[in-house]
Amino acid sequence: MRLSQKDLLALSDLQKEEIALILSTAATFKEVLDRDIKKVPTLRGKTIVNLFFEPSTRTRTSFELAAKRLSADCINITAATSSTTKGESLLDTARNIEAMQADIIILRHPSSGTPALLARSLKSAIINAGDGTHEHPSQGLLDLFTIQEKKGTLAGLKVVIVGDILHSRVARSDIYGLKKMGAEVTIVGPPTMIPPYTDQWKVATSYNLDQAVVGADVIILLRLQRERQGKGFFPTLREYARLYGLNASRLKKANNDALIMHPGPINRGVEISSDVADGLSSVILDQVKNGVAVRMAILYLLSGHANE
Amino acid sequence: MSFLITPHKKAILTAPEIARIVVRISHEILEKNKGSKNIALVGIRTGGVFLANRIHEKIQEIDAVSVPLGELDITFYRDDIGLNNKVPVIQKTSIPSDLTGLAVVLVDDVLFTGRTVRAAMDGLIDFCRPKQIQLAVLIDRGHRELPIRADFVGKNLPTARNEQVEVLWKETDFEDQVFVIHDGEEAR
Repeated sequence: MRLSQKDLLALSDLQKEEIALILSTAATFKEVLDRDIKKVPTLRGKTIVNLFFEPSTRTRTSFELAAKRLSADCINITAATSSTTKGESLLDTARNIEAMQADIIILRHPSSGTPALLARSLKSAIINAGDGTHEHPSQGLLDLFTIQEKKGTLAGLKVVIVGDILHSRVARSDIYGLKKMGAEVTIVGPPTMIPPYTDQWKVATSYNLDQAVVGADVIILLRLQRERQGKGFFPTLREYARLYGLNASRLKKANNDALIMHPGPINRGVEISSDVADGLSSVILDQVKNGVAVRMAILYLLSGHANE
Repeated sequence: MSFLITPHKKAILTAPEIARIVVRISHEILEKNKGSKNIALVGIRTGGVFLANRIHEKIQEIDAVSVPLGELDITFYRDDIGLNNKVPVIQKTSIPSDLTGLAVVLVDDVLFTGRTVRAAMDGLIDFCRPKQIQLAVLIDRGHRELPIRADFVGKNLPTARNEQVEVLWKETDFEDQVFVIHDGEEAR
């Protein structure tokens, strides 16, 4: 069994079996991270380039660490230090990187669809590390992995996704992944932040967090993406926190063993209160640890396509 | 010009023969290491794990000692990842906490090019620093590509390169058995 495409652009493109393959491969790589020597020679000689046009600590570090744990050579290029500041187009930059024989290019970009553009134009494998408001597949996969690890399964779980669904690429990847693996999904947020086209996702929609968390197995909180929002989505941060922030009293309404997840970086006191973020139900740091294992699995599985 | 013949299977070892080999190899391991005190067994996924389990049981019968037993998936250490678009499915590795200072017997079902054993030695050394690594195999079919030799051999089986050696274990295939399969195309 192998992945059918040379790139990882979106969870909406993947079959259920492909997602399951990535998750089971990630479990074996997680074992490597618990060893004394946290490095295996699997991808030695491969070149992996992180091409980031937006700020990131977790995703970029996580991919870099994953590449290094697999003994690949990893290079980081950020927008500020690249020749795009001299007016070079994205495609030209990417073609030059490919000419230096990069096997895998990991792209983060503020415009939706840019990874797909590179994937069509280049032979290198392209991994989408977040494109605009489209998808963030590696985050979606590590969320699935964390839930499966803690709960044993994904099928039949009640998952609530709270916050700025409209601008969140994490929410989109989570929704596609969770639905394919058989979970029930409810999205919650202010009406201005729920997109108008939710029918195609086959999810439940709610504007009331107190009602939506009742009986939830997993609560995924999203960061308020103030850099992507215009004005007027909600009156004040205080009101948003009061209506859509997760705190200890709201958490009591969910199942006792409910998991609290957040893709980071967290805004304490806005979408999540500090006692919940640091509490026993929170698996936010497990997500970060699992992120490395899941990204190792993605790099490993895509490397089979690198020579085509 | 080549002549096509139908693929056929030839039985090489039956279950009782394999059982006798396990008894002999277990005794040989104990003899060479002067008892069961300083040894550990590590089976190479997947066939080697079944053979290692059998030897482990037998040593327990003979010496009343349960020696450390591990399982090793060598995929991380293969030298052909990405060649021919190969990405094998990875399985679990579990190595007992510390094998440093022990003689570790790697166990595999078939010894062929030696590349699996090379990968297994690299993998093992990432976990610990064994005093010695030994190798036990059920079948040695020749055609080595690396300077590797087994310490304990169940059966030496001269084969042609285009033949396949198939080892079945009762855990997955009803009965312990070994076959040689001709792939249908006769050697030129």
